[in-house]
Amino acid sequence: MFNRWILTTTTAAVLAFSPLLAHAETPAQGGEIVVTYKDDITTLDPHIGYDWVNWSMIKSLFSRLMDYEPGTANLVPSLAESFEVAPDGLTYTFKLRKGVKFTNGREIVAGDVKYSIERAVNPKTQGPGAGFFGAIKGFDDLTGGKSELLSGIETPDDQTVVFHLSRPDATFLHVMAINFASVVPKEAVEAAAGDFGKKPVGSGSLILKDWTIGQKLVFERNPDYFVKDVPHVDKVTVEVGQEPLVALLRLQKGEVDIAGDGIPPAKFLEIKNSPEGAAMIVDGEQLHTGYITLNTKVKPFDDVKVRRAVNMAINKERITRILNGRATAANQILPPLMPGYDKAFTGYAYDVEKAKALLAEAGHPDGFETVLYSTNTDPQPRIAQAIQQDLAAIGIKAEVRALAQGNVIAAGGTEGEAPMIWSGGMGWIADFPDPSNFYGPILGCSGAVSGGWNWPWYCNEAIDKRAGEADAMSDPAKAAERQAAWGKIFTDVMADAPWVPVINERRVVAKSLRMGGPDNIYIDPTRVINYDAIFVKP
Amino acid sequence: MATLLAKRLVQSCLILLGVAAITFVLLYALPADPARMLAGRSATAQTVENIRRELGLDQPLLSQFLHYLGNLVQGDLGRSYAQKTEVATLIAARLPATLTLMAAGIFVEVLLGLTFGIVAALNRGGAIDRIVMASAFVGVSAPQFVVALLLLYVFAATLGWFPMSGYGTVAHVVLPAMTLGILGAGWYARMARSAMIDVLNQDFVRTARAKGLSGRRVVLRHALPNAILPIVAMIGIDIGQFMGGVVVVEAVYGWPGIGQLAWQAIQQVDIPIIMGVTLTSAFAIIVGNLVADLIAPMIDPRIRSH
Repeated sequence: MFNRWILTTTTAAVLAFSPLLAHAETPAQGGEIVVTYKDDITTLDPHIGYDWVNWSMIKSLFSRLMDYEPGTANLVPSLAESFEVAPDGLTYTFKLRKGVKFTNGREIVAGDVKYSIERAVNPKTQGPGAGFFGAIKGFDDLTGGKSELLSGIETPDDQTVVFHLSRPDATFLHVMAINFASVVPKEAVEAAAGDFGKKPVGSGSLILKDWTIGQKLVFERNPDYFVKDVPHVDKVTVEVGQEPLVALLRLQKGEVDIAGDGIPPAKFLEIKNSPEGAAMIVDGEQLHTGYITLNTKVKPFDDVKVRRAVNMAINKERITRILNGRATAANQILPPLMPGYDKAFTGYAYDVEKAKALLAEAGHPDGFETVLYSTNTDPQPRIAQAIQQDLAAIGIKAEVRALAQGNVIAAGGTEGEAPMIWSGGMGWIADFPDPSNFYGPILGCSGAVSGGWNWPWYCNEAIDKRAGEADAMSDPAKAAERQAAWGKIFTDVMADAPWVPVINERRVVAKSLRMGGPDNIYIDPTRVINYDAIFVKP
Repeated sequence: MATLLAKRLVQSCLILLGVAAITFVLLYALPADPARMLAGRSATAQTVENIRRELGLDQPLLSQFLHYLGNLVQGDLGRSYAQKTEVATLIAARLPATLTLMAAGIFVEVLLGLTFGIVAALNRGGAIDRIVMASAFVGVSAPQFVVALLLLYVFAATLGWFPMSGYGTVAHVVLPAMTLGILGAGWYARMARSAMIDVLNQDFVRTARAKGLSGRRVVLRHALPNAILPIVAMIGIDIGQFMGGVVVVEAVYGWPGIGQLAWQAIQQVDIPIIMGVTLTSAFAIIVGNLVADLIAPMIDPRIRSH
């Protein structure tokens, strides 16, 4: 059997008539908008940029073989016109859309795709995303310095790219949609002499026209973008260095259209309750879970009963109140929007008496002393203190260590160092909407290494094996089966209780009243702000 | 004069070297690992290792430092870890903004400080003196973050006299310079007051008064030049103080200077930028002190003979 997915309609039609936009107002063309952020944009190099601010900009500056329908997690071909997956899941063949040009005027050919993926993986690029391409043949040779090329990518002609994988990878199409898979022109990379991040050239909906370091970036509409009538705005000016409170005042005065950092917690209720406030707040779910890690290699958390007792001791509702209700209590690892989330799963209910009893059963009737790490920016230390009080209620005396993010990450990746870590400010937000992304690095055996992100140092080999099997189910026909397998993996992990899943935090973006379109293009699950889809009301 | 200058220049180079060494060791002694910060969450151990090697972080600390110094001597501050851009480019793009802000801040603090200090000294013990000194105390004590937000709220958001944030025109610089200047003005007012009182009690002032000069002439021509010396010396030292305040003020007003750059670099453990900004600031402080040393003899002939 040979799966053949050919897109009968063009992506343009998919974008224009996607169900989520159909009921909303028709996007108007034109208009210039101002977006603000506190932090300067670090880089617009798609193979290096990896923070939630540059992520949306890179999405719209470049194109990739695959993309998502705006506001959803539905994969659609983008730079590819069609693709085929071999029955064994080891070969992917993409046919490129004809006549697409980089903004320097040159037409994109298959060799550009090969060059770009190789650049993302090449250690000299110093990119964080190399690991996503681990299934492509020749990956180890390139990362190990034995080759400059990926033997697993072939370009039989200018319109065709063939990927040969060394193992089936069900997430491969998602990988082709992440920013690290963006297609870049070699000549522009070389001309930028190591500074492509400041002089990006792509084939996306926007073009970077001007960048005044520390002040602003000016993006203009790419008139030749291959999707008709996208983007809707003519010009996006991103002003950086803007304190969130100041940005909000400017938004209220009409000087700013999108305050990218959202609304400072202290102002949230005031704005929300103001006459025009509700229309300014975009409050959207994202693929995020905030959790406490319980280090399975540190006593007494090596005892599953202790870990379960802690799971019952945390008052998650109170923590959502600390965040002014901008989060919901979580009972499992996956966030609700993620495929595989189990609605029926209840997890460990908040029950202080039961937690005490379980702790006594584990041999700690009087509790014990331990350390809880947290990052040191508000509101995280306050949440850590709430957790500290909850633990005290069952007799556990936890010392809170609130440190800079880099130091918490270092402690988490050092064996036997951090008994408990509150993940706030570092919580896992998915790279792409696939459940496997919530397992490998943070709960899999491969992540439980020095310098890794598996902070509970959890390694259940039986579950690791099932995870490997689920990721090998790359046949699209088995998607439902695979999703169910992943869902079961995550609920089974909860029996071992390496985490206390605490909250699913929502993202808040503030927009001016003239901005149109549904909320899910301002907090797009795969893009955050979707610059392709937002528009100014006529 | 030439020997003094030469001596000072050698000293300055040694200080810069010391600053570089101490900052370098402190930054690399941090448990935070720049390679891991850069690699992010999804990176495999191998990716982190590759990044560490590409950045040269796998080398012994001493050889890293010597490598850095070698480049520094050639005027190369290296490339940012996170941005990949040359650190010198990033600093050069932002330095004019910081220098403008500092100059404007110093102007405000000296103008306000001297004016109020002299007024207080002339009304020594009176109601005006007490009010001025109490205000100076408030000015010195108020946290800059609070002053910044207060000025912003009143003069920009409510009254609309000045833009809320940004850079480029004289109107943009007023509020940030006021915020920076109010703190220093408090100190200067106190200093100017006591220096002025000292001078006014001296014999030559009494002589000047006795020969019938007007009060204004006595104060401006005779007393002020003598009282100003400690203040000039302080401006040089002040540049160091300013560097601290600049970070806060730049953050609130969206002022695109090196304070913002440093703040963000610290979050990202972007060591080349932190090093670059630290060395630039140290350089500015050294130059400030040097200039103060050179100006002092011009104002006070007594120093020339020493």
